Parts: sequence; C-alpha cells; structure tokens
Amino acid sequence: MKILTDQHLKIRINLWDVVAFLLVMGIVTLLAWGSRQMAAPYTPGEQIPLSLDPVHLPVYALRSVLRMAIALVCSLLFTFSYATLAAKSRRAEAVLIPVLDILQSVPILGFLSVTVTGFIAMFPGSLLGVEAASIFAIFTSQAWNMAFSFYQSLRVVPKELQEASILFGLSPWQRFWKLEAPFATPSLIWNTMMSVSGGWFFVVASEAITVGKTAVTLPGIGSYVAQAIQEKNLLAIAWALCTMLVVIMIYDQLLFRPLVAWAEKFKFELTESQDSAESWVLLLFKRARFLRAVTAGIGHLWGFISDHLPRLPRAKKQHRPPSRTLEILSVVLWHVCLWGGMAAGVWLLVRFVGRGVDHSEIIRVFGLGLISLARVMILLVLACFIWVPLGVIIGLNPRWSAKVQPLAQFLAAFPANLLFPVAVFLMVRYRLSPEVWTAPLLILGTQWYILFNVISGAAAIPTDLREAARNLGVNGWRLWQKLLLPGIFPALVTGLITASGGTWNASIVAEVVSWGDTKLTATGLGSYIAQWTEKGDYPHIVLGIAVMSLYVVALNRFFWRRLYTMSQTRFRLD
Amino acid sequence: MEAFRTDNALLRLTNIKKSYKKSEGEEHLVLDDVNLEINEGEIVALLGRSGSGKSTLLRIISGLTRQVAGEVIYCGKPVKGPVDGLAMVFQTFALFPWLTVLENVELGLEAKGVPQEERRRRTLAAIDLIGLDGFESAYPKELSGGMRQRVGFARALVVEPTLLLLDEAFSALDVLTAETLRTDLIELWHERRIPTRGILLVSHNIEEAVLLSDRIAILGSTPGRVVAEIDVSLPHPRDREDPAFRQIVDDIYDLMTQRTRAVAGKAEAVPLSQRLPEAHINRLAGLMEALAREPYNGRADLPELADQMGFGVDHLFPLLEALDILAFARVEGGDVELTPSGKSFVDSDILQRKEIFAIHLIRHVGLVAHIRRVLDDRPGNRAPEERFLRELEDFFSEEEAERVLRVAIEWGRYAELFAYDEGAGMLSLENPVGIEEKE
Repeated sequence: MKILTDQHLKIRINLWDVVAFLLVMGIVTLLAWGSRQMAAPYTPGEQIPLSLDPVHLPVYALRSVLRMAIALVCSLLFTFSYATLAAKSRRAEAVLIPVLDILQSVPILGFLSVTVTGFIAMFPGSLLGVEAASIFAIFTSQAWNMAFSFYQSLRVVPKELQEASILFGLSPWQRFWKLEAPFATPSLIWNTMMSVSGGWFFVVASEAITVGKTAVTLPGIGSYVAQAIQEKNLLAIAWALCTMLVVIMIYDQLLFRPLVAWAEKFKFELTESQDSAESWVLLLFKRARFLRAVTAGIGHLWGFISDHLPRLPRAKKQHRPPSRTLEILSVVLWHVCLWGGMAAGVWLLVRFVGRGVDHSEIIRVFGLGLISLARVMILLVLACFIWVPLGVIIGLNPRWSAKVQPLAQFLAAFPANLLFPVAVFLMVRYRLSPEVWTAPLLILGTQWYILFNVISGAAAIPTDLREAARNLGVNGWRLWQKLLLPGIFPALVTGLITASGGTWNASIVAEVVSWGDTKLTATGLGSYIAQWTEKGDYPHIVLGIAVMSLYVVALNRFFWRRLYTMSQTRFRLD
Repeated sequence: MEAFRTDNALLRLTNIKKSYKKSEGEEHLVLDDVNLEINEGEIVALLGRSGSGKSTLLRIISGLTRQVAGEVIYCGKPVKGPVDGLAMVFQTFALFPWLTVLENVELGLEAKGVPQEERRRRTLAAIDLIGLDGFESAYPKELSGGMRQRVGFARALVVEPTLLLLDEAFSALDVLTAETLRTDLIELWHERRIPTRGILLVSHNIEEAVLLSDRIAILGSTPGRVVAEIDVSLPHPRDREDPAFRQIVDDIYDLMTQRTRAVAGKAEAVPLSQRLPEAHINRLAGLMEALAREPYNGRADLPELADQMGFGVDHLFPLLEALDILAFARVEGGDVELTPSGKSFVDSDILQRKEIFAIHLIRHVGLVAHIRRVLDDRPGNRAPEERFLRELEDFFSEEEAERVLRVAIEWGRYAELFAYDEGAGMLSLENPVGIEEKE
C-alpha cells in the first residue's frame, strides 16, 4: 500500500515539474525580450509607429505588463526603506509621515506632467526616458499606499515578540526578517493588490501623453486605445478591452493568488482560520521538485548570508543616560532645518507659480476645485444609493457574495479609462451635455471599492445579531436602520475613502475626453490641469496640482479621517 | 564585607527604583527601594497583585528597561542592557507564528551565531527534553496552549540560561495543563537535567508559588516594594493537601490582605486619593451571594473561597478590597465576613439593591460623592469627565486616573446616582433616580 502511494506521488511530481518548468521559462523569456525593447533608440518628437491590427496586441500588452512589474518592484524597494526608516527613527518619522500624507494627496497624473520632460532629458537618444516617466507615474500610484501600510504594521508589532527578540539577542537585520517583515506581510500584500488594481488605470493613462511640444506614445495597451480613439475605431477598442481582461486575470492567477495563499502563514493569529486561500501556482511551487530545490537553495543562501553578516557585539547596546545639552542642540538643529526647508519650498512654489499666473487666476482655480469637489461628493453619494443596498443583499447571502466578491475586485482593477471612448461615442451620438455626462466616468472605475467593501462588511455582520433581530421581529426599514447600516458602516467608510481618492485622480482624465476630433470638456479642476498639461505651461500645471492636493488634504483631514475614527469607535462589531 | 556578599548570589537587586514621567514633569513611582537576591540553586517566586510592578521588575532584571536608581548585579556584573545567560518564558508565549516549532526554538542560537550543525543538534535535544518530539515541523497555531508553552520553555532552555525568568508562565494555561507543565519543570530542575542555576518565577497565584519555590518575596503595591520574604522548606514533590502547605498558603493570604486593609484604610484622609479597585458590579454581587450561601453562611476562609470560585489573587483581591471599601464585608486574618448591610444587599431585589449601593457609595467612596456634589451644584447639572480626571491626576498616573474614574462611573451609573455619555465624555444628572444625600 505504502509503495503504491509513493509511486503515485512520484508520477505526479514529474508532471508538476513539467508544468512548472514551462511556466517559469516562458515568463523569464518574455520578460527578457520585453525589457530589451524598452531601451530602443528614440529621439524626442519622433512618433513611434502603432498598428491597430489586433495581432500586435499581445506584444503591446507585454510592454504594459512589464512597466507595471518594474513599477511594482520599485514600490516595494521604496516601501521597505522609507517605511522602515519612518518606523525606526522618531525624528525621521516626524517628517517622513506628513510628507507621505501630502504625496498621497497629489494627483498621480500631476507627477507625470511635471516629470516627463526631466526623465526624457535624463536618457538622451533612448526610449528609456519616456519609459521611466511612465513607470514613475505608475510607481506614484502604488508606493505611498504600500509604504503607509508597512509603516503602520511596523508600529504595531506585538510587544512581547519584540521583547523576545531583544532578549534572545537578534541583530537588527535578523529582527527585520524574522519579526517585522513577516508580521507586516499580510497587510502589505493586500495593499499591494489594491495598489496594483488602481495602477492599471495609470498604466493606460501614462502611455500616451502630450506635454506641450513633447507628444509621446509608448507601445502598450493605453497608446493602442489612444490611437483607436483618434481613428474612431470601435472594434480596436473592443480588442483592447479583451486583452486587458486577460492581462488582469493572468496577474491575478500568477502573482496575487499565490501570494495571498502564501501570506496566510504570516497572519498573526493563534487559531487556524476556517477558509484559507488556495492557489494552484502555490501548489505548484510546493509540489514541483525543481521549484522546491530552487526555493530551498535561495533559503540556504539567505541563511548563509544572515549567518555571516558581521554582528555587533552585544555589550554595545546599552541604555545610556541621554545628554541633555546634546539632545536640546540636535532638536533645535532639526527644527531649524525642517522649518527652513519648508519655508524655502513654499517660497519657491509661490515664485514659480506667481511668474506665470495672476491673483484672479488663483481664485478662479479654487472655484474650479469647488466644482470638482461637488462633483466627487455627489457621485459618491449616488454610488452609495446604488451599491449599499445591493452590496448588503449580496453580502448577506454567502453563496452570492462568494461569486460577486471576486468579480467586484476584478472590476476595480479594470482600468476604466479603456471604457471612456465608448461613453464618449454615446455622448457625441446623442448630443449629451459633457458637464453632466462625463461625471459618471469619474466614478466608473472606483465605485467597485464601495461595492466590495460593503459586501465584506455585510458578510461580517454576526449571524447571532441577525437572528436576534429576527427573533425580536425587527424587519423592513427598521432592520436596515438598527442593524444593517450601522453594521456595514466601518466597511463603507473604508470603501468610500479609497473611492474618493481614486475619483479625484480620475478627474484629470475624465473631465476632458475625446472621440476623433471631437473634444468634450467639463468645467473643473481636472480639466484645468489636463488642458494646461497639453499646452505645457508649467506655472499653471503646478498651480492646478497644488490646489487639488490642498483640496484632497483638507477633505481627508476634516472629513474622511473624522468619519473613519467615528466608524472605528462607535460602530465596530467586536 | 564585600567578598562576603559575592558568595553565591546569582542576582542581587539593591534599592531599585522605577518611575514614569507623568504630564507636567511629575513622576509616577512604580517601584521603590526593592531589594532582592537570588542565590545559586534557588527558585524564588515574586508574588504580587496586578499593578504591583512585578512585570516591570522582571524587565529591569532582564535589561529590557532601565531603573531610575539602584543596581542590578548579575553574576557579579551590573546589568545595563540585555545580557547573555538570561532567558525568559512569557505569559503569552511570544512565539513567532510564521516559524515552525524547530525554527522558534532555534531562534536564540541563531542570534548567537552558533554554527548550523551544532544549532540543529542542540535544538533537537531541547525539543526532546521538553517533550515536543514529533512536533518539530508544526506551526504554533496547530498546537494547544500547553504545547505552545512547551515551545516557549524549549526556546528559553536551549540557550542554556544561567537564570531562567518565568513571567506568569503558567497563568494563560488551564488548570490541568499548568499542573503538568509545572511538574515537568520541577523534575528537570531537581534531576539537574538543565544547566540553569536559578529560577525567578513571577506569579499572582499563591499556591503555584508555594508549590514551586524555595523562597517567596511578596511585592506590595503603590509603589511596589518587597514587603515580606517567606522561606518554603517543604520537600518536593509537594502536596497541596499537606497541612504545612496549607499553613503557608494561609499565612500568605493573611499577609496580603493586611496590605489590602492598609490600602483601603488610607482612604478616609484624602477622599480622592482612594485607589478604587477593578471590581465589576456583577462580580461583587456574585461574590456576596456566594458568601451568604452554604457552606460559608457569611464567613469564609480566603484560600478555600479562592479555590471554590476558581479565582486567582488577581481576581479575588480587587473584589475583596471593593467590598471592604463599601463596608459590605470585612477582611481579617485570612477570612472574609459579610457585614449586616452586605447581608441585606444580598436579600434585596434589584431596585432595593441599587438604593443600598447608592447610600454606601455616597458614604464611603469620596470620588463618587464628589462627582454627585459637583453635578448638583452646577447649573444644568452637567460636567465633563476631564474635570475629574485632572483632579485625580494629582494622586495617580494618567492611566491609573482614567481607570479609577471608569470604576467610579460604573458604580455610580449602576446606583443611578448620575448618567454618563461616553461619546461626549459628559457626566450629568439626566434622568437618574434622585436620592437624598445622607451626610
């Protein structure tokens, strides 16, 4: 009996091996080929030929995927260094975290408008500069979020585990890899997944950009769609949509599903959870012999490196009574540098903007911001009216929610700007007012965050509360008022915050849309930034971006954060 | 004289003082003038209630935090940071959930840079010793509480510590599991199968301390200092039913309740300085009801009562202190006895109980009386809780002030002396049943 099962296992392992080998080699080859294309020679002003023939789409998709992958790696490196520094040094934290907060509020396409010419100048005669600008835009859509999540995890590492690692004499390097990084992994992976799903939007948006005289198209799905819009080719747009679907599916299957399943092991809980995530790729890694050998080899190498790293003698780490004067001196110096730097920054900004813009313009831009703000808030409210009831009904039914939840997450990842042409086509056809009808485009991609958060919130309402309500005869509107709405409130707020950020970002792309030669413009801060970007007028671009950042920061500070705190204190279900 | 003292002391604490900074530069004293010695071959138990600073003391000994004054001498050298040769077993196990049993146990050796082969050999030996064979590749979440703490012990023992620190190591386990693990540890110790030369056990369980240790140091609270040391010279294995064992347990109860009375007695001088114990109404009522019933009929022996109700010192003492403050019971000589008003509380229905409780609160708890008086005087009969917090912070740390006020609010709300709106942090007289103040 024993022998039989062993043999059985052996055959299976061989099969797994073949699949794994093909998979890994295929990916490596594709990546190598794609990255060679990125450094192709290029002179600014040159138009890269793009063909709308769907045969070329897989190659374009590969280029887009590669951009995403490189941005993701950069974001991870940034996260590990920036967040760790912020969590470890109190002084660095005092600067890094507010900076991160501001960076998060700056519209992502704003980074692109401002940096693209600089990047092109950095790599003269090569396409690499434009690629770098696009990758940087994608990076900005992911990195802040991920760094925040990592920083917050590092801050709440359980105290007794910290004490244990100090007592057993772990070096800072060992402590990071044995304790801090594993502890932060599950939430980092979740945030990375969310960031990547937001990132597809910017992959598409950053491939075809015009800043003043520099009009650049990078081969990719986004530029393919831009070309199709110019040529009014609906069929090509449909092909692009299908390709994007496949790409997102592959990313999910090959990258995130295995990661989520693997991260289960790092969850800080002492009971095994019932429904654990599964992934065939992870299974492959565990079953295929050669992949196992590779991972084990990496593990050994890692262990060897950590073992042979120079370790500080323990005696050095002593509590030393801090010197008062030295401490005061460094604090003073620190504050001088900090405030000085900030004043210099503000002064530079005012001078730069002031040269090209007069006072009435500034007031007008604030007015435009108000219009965009109203648009964003109205859209969020409308989205709530639709998705909250639907989400709750789906969430209360485990069978439905198991099916709808992945779909909603998938829709959130799908770059909504690929759908814009279809909407514009309809608007042109039926002569709809762009002031009103471009508005739904803003929230097209971000409404799904509301839906899937509401679903998970409703699914998490304890069954005994629902049974108690039924037992007391609470039903109809009263049930919604007393149980369902308060029950999903924290999840709803989380979803709304994500959706709000995404909607502001989308406004730069969605307030100005075109179909062929027809251009539809809605009044707002987003279209202001988009128009001046096209003209390449930096003082106006910077003014627009600064005002939008101000609005977002203020909205976060005075509205979302308060709402979030309230939802966490008054409506938490535990 | 100096040569005389370095004989066989593994660890010596002299005049340890620890305080935390409060707001406005004031200091909150946690430990004051603590002296303790652990000699070669000794198990010493540090017994105290929560808030007595025993965990803080343990962290000072292990070099995790630093004392304000005084000296920790370990193996003849002052402790100024984490030192080799000290290992701790944690109440919450503190295992790394993403590491297997083997990797968890290996951790300390890895940190020391022990070569891989030796590391593996020693790790397996420790796993073997503590009875974890067969679980090497398991993750902590697959194990029961008892097995997890065995991993905690193996992890501490594998580094061959000279001094083993147990921080409430058994208190998160159920009664049976804790007993087995204690027995196993004592066996390893007496058969000298571990190279450890001394054990310091921090506990709030009196019987556990008597069961394991050669000497018990009792730590009094606010601020913490060693108030008594008791030698336990009973032979191992010790029997809980042995009259000598019971006598020691009784004595310790007596000692610790004397402290209780002293703490409660301090109240009358300054009404707001009364440190209200963490005692919930339902627990208080439950305890009084149990006391009034058979077999106690109003009077109980403390160890017996604790055993019967499954209470540790941590749970029982705050309740006793509260009953004492409220004059519902008197604690004396290791016994507790219900007062006549305590008895009438037990015999009353829900509404009457509230009335009795209200009268006793106003009469015996200065803080509650004070809150009620302020609310009565104020136009609108409302006052923010910060107001009272600030007054309490003259006597307590910020955290303790919050805790004391929370207890006072719970009691006052139950007695319907005032109402409280948590969201607004506001105390008021909104629809409480008015009661005549009896001075």
